[in-house]
Amino acid sequence: MSILIDETTPVIIQGMTGDKGTFHAKEMIAYGTNVVGGVTPGKGGGKHLDRPLFNTVKEAVAATGATTSITFVAPAFCADAIMEAADAGIRLVCSITDGIPAQDMMRVKRYLMRYPRDRRTMMVGPNCAGIISPGKSMLGIMPGHIYLPGKVGVISRSGTLGYEAASQMKAHGIGISTSVGIGGDPINGSSFLDHLALFEEDPETEAVLMIGEIGGPQEAEASAWIKDNMSKPVIGFVAGLTAPKGRRMGHAGAIISAAGDSAAEKAEIMRSCGLTVAPNPSEFGSTVAGVIGA
Amino acid sequence: MDVHEYQAKELLSGFGVPVAKGAVAFSPDQAVYAATELGGWSWAVKAQIHAGARGKAGGIKLCKTYHEVREAAQELLGKRLVTLQTGPEGKPVQRVYVEVAEPFDRELYLGYVLDRKAERIRVIASQRGGMEIEEIARTEPEAILQVLVEPAVGLQAFQARELAFQLGLNIKQAQSCVSTIMNAYRAFRDCDATMLEINPLVVAKDDRVLALDAKMSFDDNALFRRHNVADMYDPSQQDPREAQAAEHNLNYIGLDGEIGCIVNGAGLAMATMDMIKHAGGTPANFLDVGGGASPERIATAMKLVTSDANVKAVLVNIFAGINRCDWVAKGVVQACGSMDIKVPLVVRLAGTNVEEGRKILAESGLKLITADTLAEAAQKAVAACQGKLQAA
Repeated sequence: MSILIDETTPVIIQGMTGDKGTFHAKEMIAYGTNVVGGVTPGKGGGKHLDRPLFNTVKEAVAATGATTSITFVAPAFCADAIMEAADAGIRLVCSITDGIPAQDMMRVKRYLMRYPRDRRTMMVGPNCAGIISPGKSMLGIMPGHIYLPGKVGVISRSGTLGYEAASQMKAHGIGISTSVGIGGDPINGSSFLDHLALFEEDPETEAVLMIGEIGGPQEAEASAWIKDNMSKPVIGFVAGLTAPKGRRMGHAGAIISAAGDSAAEKAEIMRSCGLTVAPNPSEFGSTVAGVIGA
Repeated sequence: MDVHEYQAKELLSGFGVPVAKGAVAFSPDQAVYAATELGGWSWAVKAQIHAGARGKAGGIKLCKTYHEVREAAQELLGKRLVTLQTGPEGKPVQRVYVEVAEPFDRELYLGYVLDRKAERIRVIASQRGGMEIEEIARTEPEAILQVLVEPAVGLQAFQARELAFQLGLNIKQAQSCVSTIMNAYRAFRDCDATMLEINPLVVAKDDRVLALDAKMSFDDNALFRRHNVADMYDPSQQDPREAQAAEHNLNYIGLDGEIGCIVNGAGLAMATMDMIKHAGGTPANFLDVGGGASPERIATAMKLVTSDANVKAVLVNIFAGINRCDWVAKGVVQACGSMDIKVPLVVRLAGTNVEEGRKILAESGLKLITADTLAEAAQKAVAACQGKLQAA
């Protein structure tokens, strides 16, 4: 099994007809993702990559039964696209878009809370590489061939550092149940904690690798939760040991601004909560191998 | 993005936040003219830089005559002001703000911040104005008042009223303070700010409450819809290399090490820097070329990184997803062809189209050091930097 997506999950692509949307739609379809349609306002009734197009997410859901959406929508309009998906009953929205204003995300998060828990939308991203359940379904922009199917869950704020981890694990013959990119923005749709809880429930995930970075309270919160609730082993890493204080390292969220924000402090919190911390970013593979005894 | 004090005050004033009368000046003559136009009997001449703690560093001068205004402006303009927040190199003072100095009774603190943990705007107030908020938080945490704003309805008047009365204001002052708190919130929200600090917010002799200083930072992601804010950008306050990088949409931060880094993705860029340190070297910079890096962008990045005189080796580390290794390889070849790179170059490619990328590099005839893994790349870069490894 896997979390969030598998080969049956019906997916629509918001912003499918743009350059990026088209390129990655092709990649996802080639990987085996069950893409059932696309949404581009004004192009409803047409077809793209042999899939039907719709003007609104509601129409797409009614016609295709889609439960999941991925957005390749420009930053200025992306918050609106996410709320549209939530209102149409989409259960999982993955937003690749980089550059959504923080106050827009604040409103999106508040909007998602208006629905009762049993029909609430899970959001992944924004500014992330997406989700992949290797061998089953890919909802994102990652190079699919570097992921081996298997039993380790991966959660990463950074896209490319997640790729690095996947390729090192592949070199050790270790496969992945699902890899989730939660994104590098200050306000994420979902956090480490949300996905750790899902991996804990997933019978086929045996261990989890979480890759954090400097800035924000997420890694510390997740570590505390792991200590109290997680039965499966968790391997951790925090990028940015050499990052200076007060400087934003590329990601809008990657800035050391408060106590507990630095890589060294977060790694120490992880250790104190029982995680095995990878000593450096070239030892994701070997550390995971050591923990699961592969 | 940060703005100057006078720009923040212009914005706040537009939203109805009372500020002391003042004007910006780029020369001593303008400063004197501003003082005569503003009227009054004494003025503060304030250096405009993107950093706080100016007062203690001599960046704010109280003047009682036009002559003193001229002297203060002469002294400040053109100099690099070093404060506790600027770092040792300081920031250049190219403008001063001349402000009418009003007598006041009390100094308060009022701040707004986009709180990423609460995912809400947090309003912070304190009776201990004039001090740094971190200092108050450490020594007197109970003196800090806080309110979280519910995003669905915005800041409510009762919340502002509660703050005003907790600040110990009388009814007349509280009324003025409530409208200031509400109006500053609207400025924060409508300009897509991430931080707004009014410190001090002063209570004048006639019970008016006004902003004596103001600091604002804005969300770079929202500048596309805040043209008035975007126009306030002042490149002189940024490191020149960072300003140059920003022009090309590259994310660059200069550090003081010896190995230049060109990486895609912020997380991998940080991890590459960490790996260099682990291998015994020092990173000269953080550079994220982003997704979809074209050959031109890679070439621009190469120029930028090698323009740092401290750089003794360059490490290119690309794990292509949205990127393609063949494009990156073309960019490297293009850059090496158009400029004379005197330092060793280590290239590690992985991911989408990696075989094509490696082929392009191999057939280019360039003297490169290639690596397959992150660890190997970092070790080779450190060895090349120390002169222990040369391209085959």
